[in-house]
Order: sequence, then C-alpha cells, then structure tokens
Amino acid sequence: MVGLYVFVLSCFVGYHVVWGVTPALHTPLMAVTNAISAIVVVGAILVAGFQSDSMVISLIGFFAVLLASINIFGGFVVTNRMLAMFKKKK
Amino acid sequence: MNDNIFALIYLIATILFIFGLKGLSSPKSALKGNFSAMIGMALAIFATLASPEVHSYFWIFMGIGIGLVIGVGVAIKIQMTAMPQLVAILHSFVGLSAVLVSIGTYLSHEARGELNSVLLVELGLGSLIGAVTFTGSIIAFGKLQGTITSNPLVFKGQHYLNLLLGLLMFVLTGYLAFAPNVVILLAITLIALLLGFLLVLPIGGADMPVVVSMLNSYSGWAASATGFTLGNNLLIATGALVGSSGAILSFIMCQAMNRSFISVILGGFGAEAGGDAAASGPVKNVKSASSEDVAYMLENSSKVVIIPGYGMAVSQAQHAIKELFEALNHKKIDVKFAIHPVAGRMPGHMNVLLAEADIPYDFVAEMEDINGEFASTDVVLVVGANDIINPAAKTDKSSPLYGMPILDAYKAKQIFVIKRSMKPGYAGVDNALFYYDNCTLVFGDAKGVCEKIVGSLES
Repeated sequence: MVGLYVFVLSCFVGYHVVWGVTPALHTPLMAVTNAISAIVVVGAILVAGFQSDSMVISLIGFFAVLLASINIFGGFVVTNRMLAMFKKKK
Repeated sequence: MNDNIFALIYLIATILFIFGLKGLSSPKSALKGNFSAMIGMALAIFATLASPEVHSYFWIFMGIGIGLVIGVGVAIKIQMTAMPQLVAILHSFVGLSAVLVSIGTYLSHEARGELNSVLLVELGLGSLIGAVTFTGSIIAFGKLQGTITSNPLVFKGQHYLNLLLGLLMFVLTGYLAFAPNVVILLAITLIALLLGFLLVLPIGGADMPVVVSMLNSYSGWAASATGFTLGNNLLIATGALVGSSGAILSFIMCQAMNRSFISVILGGFGAEAGGDAAASGPVKNVKSASSEDVAYMLENSSKVVIIPGYGMAVSQAQHAIKELFEALNHKKIDVKFAIHPVAGRMPGHMNVLLAEADIPYDFVAEMEDINGEFASTDVVLVVGANDIINPAAKTDKSSPLYGMPILDAYKAKQIFVIKRSMKPGYAGVDNALFYYDNCTLVFGDAKGVCEKIVGSLES
C-alpha cells in the first residue's frame, strides 16, 4: 500500500514540476527523463547480483544492467551536450 | 547498512531527480539540474551495489562498463538533427531492460520460493509495459530514421486485433497469479511485443512528437511497475515522475495539433489524402521568387521573423540560418524566430537545432508570445514548415486542420516560403497561404536557398 501512496503522490509532483518546464527545453526534458527512467538499473543490479548456479539469471541480469547503463550514460551526456548549447545573447 | 539508511539514500536520490526536472524551467538553471539528477543516479546505484541482496559483482560491472562506453560514445557522436531517433531508441532500451528485470526477478524469486500472487501480477504488468515500450520505440525509431516508411500503415480490423491482444494480455496476467509458470510470463511478453509493433505502425511521421512523448511516458510507467515488483519506492517514485512528464508532453503536442490523443493513437491520419490533394485541385497561381529577391526585401525591412520547420532539420539548414541571422543583425534588422509546438519530430526539436547553431535563445519565441507581432512584421521567412502556418486552420471549416492553433504568418506584410516543391504538408492539405497576395514561394533546398540569400546580402 505504501507503494501506491508513493506512486500517486509522485505523479502529482511530476505533474506540477513538468508544467513548469519551458517549452524550449522539451527535448532535453525527454532526454533527461529517459536517463532517469533507466533507474530500472536498480532492479537489474539485483537480478545480476543474485548469486545462483543459474547462468540464465546472471545473463538476463547482465543484459538488463547493460541496456539501462547505456541509457543512463547516453541520456545524461546527451542532455548535458544539448543544455550547454543554450546561450543568452552576448 | 540497515533498511532505514537505504530508504534515506533512495529518498535523497528521488529529491535530486525532482530538482533535475525543476532545473529545466529555465536554460540558466538547466545544467545544474542535470548535474543533480546525475548525482541522484550515482547515489541510487552505489546504494544498490552495497545492498546485502547483491552477492556477485562480475556481471554488474561488465554491464555498467560496456554500457558506459556505448552510451557515452553514442551521446558524443550523435548529430543534433538525429535527436528524435536517439531518444526513441533509448526508450526501447528502458523497455527491454524492464522486461528482462521482470523475467529475471521471476526466476530468482522462484529459485528462493518467494513467488506470491501479488508479485506475479506485478511482474506480468512490468513485463508487458516494458515490452510494448520496447517494440513501439523500435518502430518509432525506424520511422524517424526512415528505415520504415513514415506513412501510416493501416489494415482492416487493426483496432479489433489490438483490442483482442490487449485483453488476452490482461487475462493471462490474471491467470499468472494463480498458475505461476514462466511460460505464461513469456507468452504475455510476446503478445505485448507484438502489440507494441501494431500500435505504432499506423501512426504517421508528423504525429511522432506525440508518439515519442507517449513512449517516454510508458518507459516511466515501466520503471514504476518494476518498482512495485521489487517493493522499491525509489523506482515507483522516479517512474511516476517520468510517466507523468511524458503524459503531459503528449497532451501539449495533441493540443498543438487540435487532435485528441485517441485519434493520434488510432493512427491513419493523412493516409488517404496524402500526395494527390495538390494535383487534383484546380490549378491556382502561386508567385515564386529568387533568393536575390528575398535578400532585397530583407534588406529593406526593419523587422523579420523566421519560422523553421521539419524541412530545416532535413536539409541541416540551421547553420546557414545562423549566418542569415548574423547578416541581418549586422544590418541592424530586428530578427526573431517563431516556434510552433509541433514543428519538427519531437517536442522542442527546433529549439535544440537553433541552439546548436549558436542562436541565442532570447531571440527564439514560442507561438503564444510571437503571434501578436506578425501584424507589425515586414518579412516572414518560412524554412521547411507547412501545416503550422496554414490559415485554413482558422478559416476553412472543412479542412482537416481546422481548429489547430497556427503561427499567424499570414498577417505579415510579406511572406517568403522556402520549399522544395508544391507537395502538400503532412496533413495532405494544400496550403491556403501560398495563394495569398502577400505570399511568395522560393523553390529550392532550405540550406542552399539560405546560403544564397546570405551571399546576396553580403555582396
């Protein structure tokens, strides 16, 4: 039940914060939320680090960590690159 | 470390993510925001690595290491015009990762004998949302990249098939709760993968801003669902933030096209009209001009507005436009850029390209802010945009565009539209603006024409 509380309240927070984002930065917003949604890496780490004799679980975990990590690093770096380009008039 | 410390660290990470999004309210604070989101992610990862549930590290470090090399490599090399494709493919990775986590969690809990019916439903949901996100994003990527036709692909009974697959998926998820079997979980996943393909295929290229936002939202919901399976509030909260962000963006995009979300998702827009609309209508006269004429008019104006569209991205004209911007500035002519919310292939696409070309963001205006200024504008230069300036959206009730908010370019004293041919825009509708007395077409590639105009201005 606590999970549901957290979920609903976070939706409200997300709703209010995102309406405040300037339209000019909607593309960086998508890139950074994309990086953040790679938080599934937490689940992926738990699967990959689950010690068992089953190679299948380890490999599934490995690929999950790999994909999420590409997102994390790719997403944050590309957001950084975009944001660094937005300049005011000299 | 005990559970409370983990909970605390995860809470801090969540707050840092919220600051990350909050920073985007202005370009000034955005970089700091991004940095705080990075710290949040690093905290979350280190805390998880320290968790007593993690026993072996080999595969984890392999995954993170290879992911780092690929992720950073791609992010540094990618061209700004290819940003929609990059975002789409990254969404697919989150989706697939969520699927793998669901299946992996199923197997690891099965090995420990910890499966229960609530967990099973959550695993089913996590896997199906992830799978729809995965294949949907792959198709969106293909359409944006041009490997799959960007025309809507429709066939008879499509919506019934989708509905059937959707129902089947949820029935199986319910069944999984009572009959834990990995085969059923895989079956749910397979159906969801198929559904992801079918959902995005019928949606046309210019509706991609909505699709990409929607998939952005799904990737968040997938993370939330994973959070429920793991009983992890960090994932639930973060997924919900991303999910609502994507949902809001989809809403904004739909509004800017005056179309309902449902009609976009059902797809097929512009399919029947596309292409022959211009040919079938009576031949009307349009005026055309050379780039020298444009340069002459620009030189003798005091206020200019440039409207970029997807055509600017296609011909990579942003740097040529920057030179034009500087040449005009040099002659003390007031230049601004007007951005329609759905210009390009993803929300904010044009802003990023102009920023890449080093055009300061204070000269770039959103639709609501600039629409009042067109009446006092001497020259409007349209670069590769079409439907978003079609006055039929205001005047012609029979037009499919009717009701869509447009940039009021038609109010300006003179409009020049750079265009390759008379081909209609995405909506398959002829542009009424082209036949206005104050509108003149300049035929040619956006980049080439802009360069020629700069050349004439400087000579």
